[in-house]
Amino acid sequence: MGRYAIRRMLGAIPTLIVISLVIFTILELAPGDPTGTLPLTVPPEVRENIRETLGLNDPFFLSWLKWMRQMFISEPLNAIESVTGLQIGDGERLRIISWASRGPAVDTIVERLPQTLWVLGLGFIFGIIIAIPVGVVSAYKQYSIFDNAGTVISMIGYSVPVFFTGPLAIIVFSVWLGWFPSFYDTTHTVSDWSSLVFQMKQLAMPVAVLSLFNAAALSRFTRSSMLDNLNEDYVRTARSKGLTENRVVMRHVLRNSLIPVTTLIALQVPGIFAGAIVTEQIFRINGLGQLLISAINGADYPMVQTLTFIFAVLIVLFNLVADLIYGILDPRIRYE
Amino acid sequence: MADRRGSSEWLRRQDRSTQPARVAADPVLEVAGLTTRFDTLDGMVHAVNQVSFTVNKGEFLGVVGESGSGKSVTMMSILRLIPMPPGEIVAGEAIYDDRDLLKIEIDELRHIRGAKIGFIFQDPMTSLNPVLTVGFQIEESLKIHQQLPTEDRQARALELLELVGIPSPEQRLKSYPHELSGGMRQRVMIAVALACSPQILIADEPTTALDVTIQAQIIELVKDLREKFGTAVIWITHDLGVVAGLADRVVVMYGGQIVEEALVGELYASPQHPYTSGLLGSLPRLDQRGTELVTIKGQPPSLYQFPDSCSFAPRCPYAFERCHAERPPLLPISPTRKAACWWDVETGSPRDGV
Repeated sequence: MGRYAIRRMLGAIPTLIVISLVIFTILELAPGDPTGTLPLTVPPEVRENIRETLGLNDPFFLSWLKWMRQMFISEPLNAIESVTGLQIGDGERLRIISWASRGPAVDTIVERLPQTLWVLGLGFIFGIIIAIPVGVVSAYKQYSIFDNAGTVISMIGYSVPVFFTGPLAIIVFSVWLGWFPSFYDTTHTVSDWSSLVFQMKQLAMPVAVLSLFNAAALSRFTRSSMLDNLNEDYVRTARSKGLTENRVVMRHVLRNSLIPVTTLIALQVPGIFAGAIVTEQIFRINGLGQLLISAINGADYPMVQTLTFIFAVLIVLFNLVADLIYGILDPRIRYE
Repeated sequence: MADRRGSSEWLRRQDRSTQPARVAADPVLEVAGLTTRFDTLDGMVHAVNQVSFTVNKGEFLGVVGESGSGKSVTMMSILRLIPMPPGEIVAGEAIYDDRDLLKIEIDELRHIRGAKIGFIFQDPMTSLNPVLTVGFQIEESLKIHQQLPTEDRQARALELLELVGIPSPEQRLKSYPHELSGGMRQRVMIAVALACSPQILIADEPTTALDVTIQAQIIELVKDLREKFGTAVIWITHDLGVVAGLADRVVVMYGGQIVEEALVGELYASPQHPYTSGLLGSLPRLDQRGTELVTIKGQPPSLYQFPDSCSFAPRCPYAFERCHAERPPLLPISPTRKAACWWDVETGSPRDGV
């Protein structure tokens, strides 16, 4: 399996190079000018100077190669340096610089990452924790009241988008009831009990909204996977051996049913970041999604390019992870 | 001793004990009036209708009948392994060890399933859990029923794999089902069923999915095991040849009912039910090559209606008015045989006095 993983990772490199080229081309073709947001009093010569220093007048292919060099050589080396404290070479490397902040784009991303991981990660994990038991019980008691209620709630959860449930939750729980704050305070630090309570309060709504959305699809998927397996012959064999129903379901059926479910979960991990784009706007969370949106608005191409590329890497990586998990869970899959 | 052996009386006695009644009538499982039906979208399916039979200790009982005759459902109903709903056991009893398996609490039944009554299913390809090792699946019932320590369980699992003739058993314990061939998987199924040395082994067409040479091996294996451990075997099949070579007694099923029950020799020599004769008559014969195969004319009965008349009557060459009006019960003909037929093939006339 190790060899398979290495081969897949090597195979991912050309894929990622093509992806980066596509992103670069799209941004090149997109209208917009980073000097467009400057005050009108800035004279055209100065603007031209700015454009020259930013490298906007370089040929397209050259700026792509420069970005590639920064992304694949400078930034990884810099990351290794800052993690290990070692110095590689002279430490003077041209990093990807955001046009908006004039600081290294990767540093900003690292700064924004914790908020996104906390809110969206928790929403994702809670979604899984809710979805799997609900799916198992729904399948085992098919067409029961529980199952039917689950179907209705997941239908709602899945078909009503977060940009509707989010504002709805804000209106009900922040505006009318006043239970939770309507926006997420990134500067808040947890130091004692009351600040922890506040942290949980400000996490509650975005996490709940995301959990509902994530759990909706996943619980239905778990249910149908369970139903497929409950009718298998091996379940009858398990019962004929005199096992308890609990053991039949947990050891035999669930083990088989979770194979596709786990794969789906792994494939959805990059989706966390896609979900961040909408959710972070609604709850005013200062995370990666908001960073991407503001970078797009400000025509901050290096930032957009870098963020989009990181999302692409995550998608490729978690596709590989999903395949590997599949192989671990299902002994019938062999990687050759 | 020597002169006793020479005496004709001794010979006769030997004859009796080895001939028909190889097994003393000591019932280990008594099924009476078992009725199972399925409430499907198309209507009520009467799969098993008032089936009664007994299995004696160490006996080999063959159950034959065509597809859909209720053989499997009967046996699965005894251990309540049919899906409920849509299945429902409407009436009857199945007495094992002074307990009615159809009425006892499910927890009590669980201690009988696998421990006292083992089950081998038809399709070894799908009947084993694909993601658990063979060793785990064999050891599981030992763990549940006998609370053996881990080492003893492993030793027993190894012993079972050796017993069912699996080469290099130590390695195979760690194998997954997909790594084994169909015949090997069926041997594993047998090992699973035998793990707790059950008193009764129910084999539901265990060789149907296998090719002929493997079939023969599996049959030999079950024969050996039965002689070694004295396990009673209920062997469900539609292969009359298999039954002839193995069974002590045979039960013939048709349309969810038992139509004939007899010792194996009697059944083949003089079938009492027209369906049995039809079955035997339709076996292809080497000495009649080239001629058209004999079939039983007509279709198997629809199970959507509870049988008020003889289910076989529409296909029966002997059918007369009573057959279309009244369902024949399983009538005793001799101490060892029963038939559900109004017609007496011995006399060539309707049965009197029943």
